[in-house]
Amino acid sequence: MPPLVLGLALLLLVSVVCGVGLGAAGIGWAEVLRLLRAGLTGGTIEAGDVSAYAIVWEIRLPRVVLGAVVGAGLAAVGVAVQAMVRNALADPFVLGISSGAAVGANAVILLGAFAGLGVWALSLSAFGSALAAMALVYAVARSPHGLTPLRLVLTGTALAYGFEAVTTVMVFGAARGEAARSAMMWLLGSLGGATWAQVPLAAVTVAAGWAWLRLRAEALNALAMGDETSAALGVRPARLRRELFLVTAAVTGTVVAVSGAIGFVGLMVPHVVRMLVGADHRRVLAVAPLAGAVLLVWADLLSRLLLTPAELPVGVITAVVGVPAFLLLMRRGGYAFGGR
Amino acid sequence: MRLDIEDVTVETAGARLVEDIRLTADSGQFVGLVGPNGSGKSTLLRCVYRALRPAGGVVRLDGDDVHAMAPRAAARVLAALPQESSAEFDFTVAEVVAMGRLPHRDRTAASDREICAAAMNRTGVAHLADRGFLALSGGEKQRVLIARALAQQPRVLVLDEPTNHLDIAHQLDVLSLVRAGGLTVLAALHDLNLAAAHCDVLYVIAGGRAVASGAPHDVLQPALLAEVFGVRAHPVRHPETGAVQLLFDLLPPKTFQPTT
Repeated sequence: MPPLVLGLALLLLVSVVCGVGLGAAGIGWAEVLRLLRAGLTGGTIEAGDVSAYAIVWEIRLPRVVLGAVVGAGLAAVGVAVQAMVRNALADPFVLGISSGAAVGANAVILLGAFAGLGVWALSLSAFGSALAAMALVYAVARSPHGLTPLRLVLTGTALAYGFEAVTTVMVFGAARGEAARSAMMWLLGSLGGATWAQVPLAAVTVAAGWAWLRLRAEALNALAMGDETSAALGVRPARLRRELFLVTAAVTGTVVAVSGAIGFVGLMVPHVVRMLVGADHRRVLAVAPLAGAVLLVWADLLSRLLLTPAELPVGVITAVVGVPAFLLLMRRGGYAFGGR
Repeated sequence: MRLDIEDVTVETAGARLVEDIRLTADSGQFVGLVGPNGSGKSTLLRCVYRALRPAGGVVRLDGDDVHAMAPRAAARVLAALPQESSAEFDFTVAEVVAMGRLPHRDRTAASDREICAAAMNRTGVAHLADRGFLALSGGEKQRVLIARALAQQPRVLVLDEPTNHLDIAHQLDVLSLVRAGGLTVLAALHDLNLAAAHCDVLYVIAGGRAVASGAPHDVLQPALLAEVFGVRAHPVRHPETGAVQLLFDLLPPKTFQPTT
């Protein structure tokens, strides 16, 4: 197992360098590496390099780093949600989070809400509405027996339709060329707006969420076996599910606020990782975030390169790669869906 | 370790599922719960392994209220085989057994491995260690879950119909396995003859109440069985062991009352 983690970490490093080295503006590899080194070690660059330096350090690198953070976050949260609702087909968006966040984001994009917050309006509004959506799902799904998996999934799915309806009304009511396009971009997910300013908060939240999940890995194993089994093993299932809900809300809200609703990573990555290392959450949680980071860095790179100089939403790439891969895995047997 | 259930009552949505049940299992005793479907056996057991908090009454382990203990501390002395079986994540047998180590502190990977290997050897599932749990047969699954409970190194074991879906050889196998451990055992059992053969003490649960208790052959009397289970029982002696076995018929139709 450690070789796999090490290999993925190396692969992530290589992917980041590739993500920085490739792009619409043709900058040679030697140049890119020299500029990266100059930025890291504080070396000097020539006057002619300033625009290339800016592209590498101010445009590409934050975007690639943010992509890795978002991918890791989505994968980690995917593992958490699947254990929480005890269903390997769940992902963070099943709980209505992304559609909730979309309402807030589009209120900003289309209606100019929260203009007083300036450049932070979009992120904060998306984050706030993601949390509000989660709170609503939580309140509706709660029953005298705590949060049961089925109620969570059904409530999340039902409310997601409601949130989507609100978004649609906004798009229809306010769409003006560029704004509608930007709303679309956001709904499918994009890292096009990445800046360094977004990285620290997202990175810290994802890292903290991941660390917390790794501490609870064994309890997640018990939870995946059933609430009664968990109770008999000294885990409080209702409380653990509440905590998972909060962590999921915080990480997903943060991630969605900076990247929009990127689908399939949270669903696919945990699946593929389980096929590689088995179901034990101690191993799944060690590997899945790294795999998610690698996947998203490459998906984002493709989204930039395929139609250069135009960009596809990265969610389109994850879906194009994800759907066939998913179907292939499902047909290949050897993987238990609800039993056999 | 001694287990005491003191006047436990469970209510859900106004209905009393369990009412004032008192039960004692002395250290090392095998105590059985028998009763018709829906009589409250599983509900009572859930209160013991802490999946459910009773509305009234106390469950004590050597005098300590289990619902006041820290969850992990309770799980270090009491293990359970609930009836549920999740079929979503395909853990290997070794991983399922390793979950039994979860409540323990001061453990190392090496000691965990050793304890789990010993548990798997005792229940005869060591050769299945790398197999997927979901693909096992009912009997194999049950032995794996018992191995998990043993890996928990408990002193009290709670079993909810551990012989369900098992063929007769596996039923006997599972119960003698549990019996051989020397633990205090509280088990809900469907088969009255199995219960009579393996339990030191039997409690008969009907309508959420304990209606009889004592040594199996004292408790399983035809009059009580007619009352509680609605069957006519004929006690006969096992020709070799001499244990009392029961043969059953439906009660004659005249005793059925129209329900309207």
